[in-house]
Amino acid sequence: MLIKGKAHKFGDGISTDHIAPGRLFHLRSNLPELAKHVLEDADPEFPNKVQEGDFVVGGKNFGQGSSREHAPTIIKLAGVGAVMAKSFARIFFRNSINVGLPVLICDTDKINPGDELEVDLTGGVVRDLTNGETLTFSPLPDVMIKILNDGGLAAHIQKYGDFNLD
Amino acid sequence: MGKTLAEKLIGEHAGKDVSAGEITLASVSVALTQDGTGPLAVKQLQKLGLEKVANPDKTVLFLDHSAPASRKELANDHMTLRKFAEKTGAQLSDVGNGVCHTVVNEDYVSPGDLLIGADSHTCTGGALCAFSTGMGSTDVAIGMALGKTWLRVPETIRVNVTGKFPPGVYPKDLILHLIGMIGADGATYKALEFGGPAIDKLEMEGRFTLSNMAVEAGAKAGLIASDNITREYLKRMGRGGEWREIKPDPDAVYERVIDIDVSQLVPTVAYPHTVDNTRTIDEAVKDHVKIDQCYLGTCTNSRVSDWAIVARMVKGRKIAPGMRFIACPGSRKVQEDLVKLGYLQTLIEFGAMIIPPGCGPCVGVHGGILGDGERVVASQNRNFQGRMGNPEGFIYLASPATVAATAIKGELADPREFASTLRSLGTVPMPHAPKKKAAKKKKAKKTARKKAKKTVKKAAKKKTAKKKAVKKTAKKKTAKKKKAAKKR
Ligand code: SF4
Repeated sequence: MLIKGKAHKFGDGISTDHIAPGRLFHLRSNLPELAKHVLEDADPEFPNKVQEGDFVVGGKNFGQGSSREHAPTIIKLAGVGAVMAKSFARIFFRNSINVGLPVLICDTDKINPGDELEVDLTGGVVRDLTNGETLTFSPLPDVMIKILNDGGLAAHIQKYGDFNLD
Repeated sequence: MGKTLAEKLIGEHAGKDVSAGEITLASVSVALTQDGTGPLAVKQLQKLGLEKVANPDKTVLFLDHSAPASRKELANDHMTLRKFAEKTGAQLSDVGNGVCHTVVNEDYVSPGDLLIGADSHTCTGGALCAFSTGMGSTDVAIGMALGKTWLRVPETIRVNVTGKFPPGVYPKDLILHLIGMIGADGATYKALEFGGPAIDKLEMEGRFTLSNMAVEAGAKAGLIASDNITREYLKRMGRGGEWREIKPDPDAVYERVIDIDVSQLVPTVAYPHTVDNTRTIDEAVKDHVKIDQCYLGTCTNSRVSDWAIVARMVKGRKIAPGMRFIACPGSRKVQEDLVKLGYLQTLIEFGAMIIPPGCGPCVGVHGGILGDGERVVASQNRNFQGRMGNPEGFIYLASPATVAATAIKGELADPREFASTLRSLGTVPMPHAPKKKAAKKKKAKKTARKKAKKTVKKAAKKKTAKKKAVKKTAKKKTAKKKKAAKKR
């Protein structure tokens, strides 16, 4: 599967407080509204700039902090095609797969803000069309590929009525 | 090959031998959600037509993040959770009962359990030697409904702690020091296992602080062996019968071993905006950091021993001019003990505001939000930008003792300056004291015995009555038989 879009770059240690801040706690049961504020504490312009299929590109330990699944959910709702980072916090990574948002671990230092990227999810490569770099990303564990392919954890359970991970 | 605590605990719930790196299904003993993550969990189950919980007695819905509700949207979310509890039989820990991680460990978690929670600090339960980990709403929703989850067995970093805590240095300083050393992602995907002579002696309240912050190094769990101290704690909570000993094997295989001698530590502070941005208090004092607000609370450090440390330091003193001090008991149980021990009174007289048990200002939902450019020193676990409700605010993390010293002085201060009022670890009066409990138990036993005697007597009476009745019916029967015989 190929996704094409623009890179929006963020630094190291983007937390779920940056993505879905506690001061907007009351919007958690209104996700489309909360999505209008996605990542605004890291870049106030981001919610206005982001286009369907664009990429969020972070540094180290992306998504650290709170377990709020609302964070990857509103990134996806904003139309983001995938998040790539040098490393992810564990709960954010798992939540992203559960909500069907692709998360890719690769060397994001080589990507510049605004670069046009093309991601080949099955082939495991990110092509930077602006600077010509090709980056590979580590494949997901089989369990996660299965859940992602089913459209997330809820869809997986709906399909099988139980876990079916073998 | 020997097993780490993580391998042992997950193995028990997988029903087979497991090793680090393996992915397995595992049974869930306790599941929790809170008012920030619970409504989404409920929504997912409704969508799936799975509105049930596998184990209602050990599924707990907490209303603690906005407690009492700060807006109508959140009041409505509370209603969603109350209704779900009613419908499924799950346990509700309503507004005012306290922070999920404080309460769940007081009342529900025991050694050997597997606890999943829709809150990242669920790892606090590792202090009771339960495999406890935070997940998102959907994972926990499914875990609640089906009673199982999938897990990757983590590799383990063993943290061996030796030495004696010097005056003014507490478990919070130890965990801040560790995170500063290995970084906010230093244990990502791994389990931390705390052990060694200093941990063997450490009371449960301090152990909870260590396990609570494991996730701040990225860890999946923060585990501690179950020993006599664990047993004493469970007894105090009225759950002594749930104790069992669990230890890692002496030949367990660790990915890495970190040795820390606590005698060398000094009070430590995390500067904004990351937990691993740590400095020693000596450096911090030189910076003359003026502080606007102090916060004693949260699942990290608001148990009775934390208040005991602060109360002794602030007793008879007055808060620095212009300083605000917010204090929030971790749970209703803690609050009751604070009243009994007089600590609430002491803090109020010092100049603190007391707010109801819950998360309080920790997560920026209500009460205690910072103004632009303001600085807070808090006993909590996180200082991310915007965490306390304003991205223009600055959060410093420290031990309750450092919070108290700062409240007195008005700027980041060294608790060791108040040497004569410092409590060393292990000298904190323990509430729900076994003494009282024991006395109560004795009474209860006496009454129980009396009752038992009475019931025995009653039963005896009943028995004789029954015997009589049996004899009667037997007589009747024989009479009937005789009659029948006569007729024939
Ligand atoms: S006290 Fe703070 S860290 Fe603990 S559960 Fe509440 S919001 Fe989370």
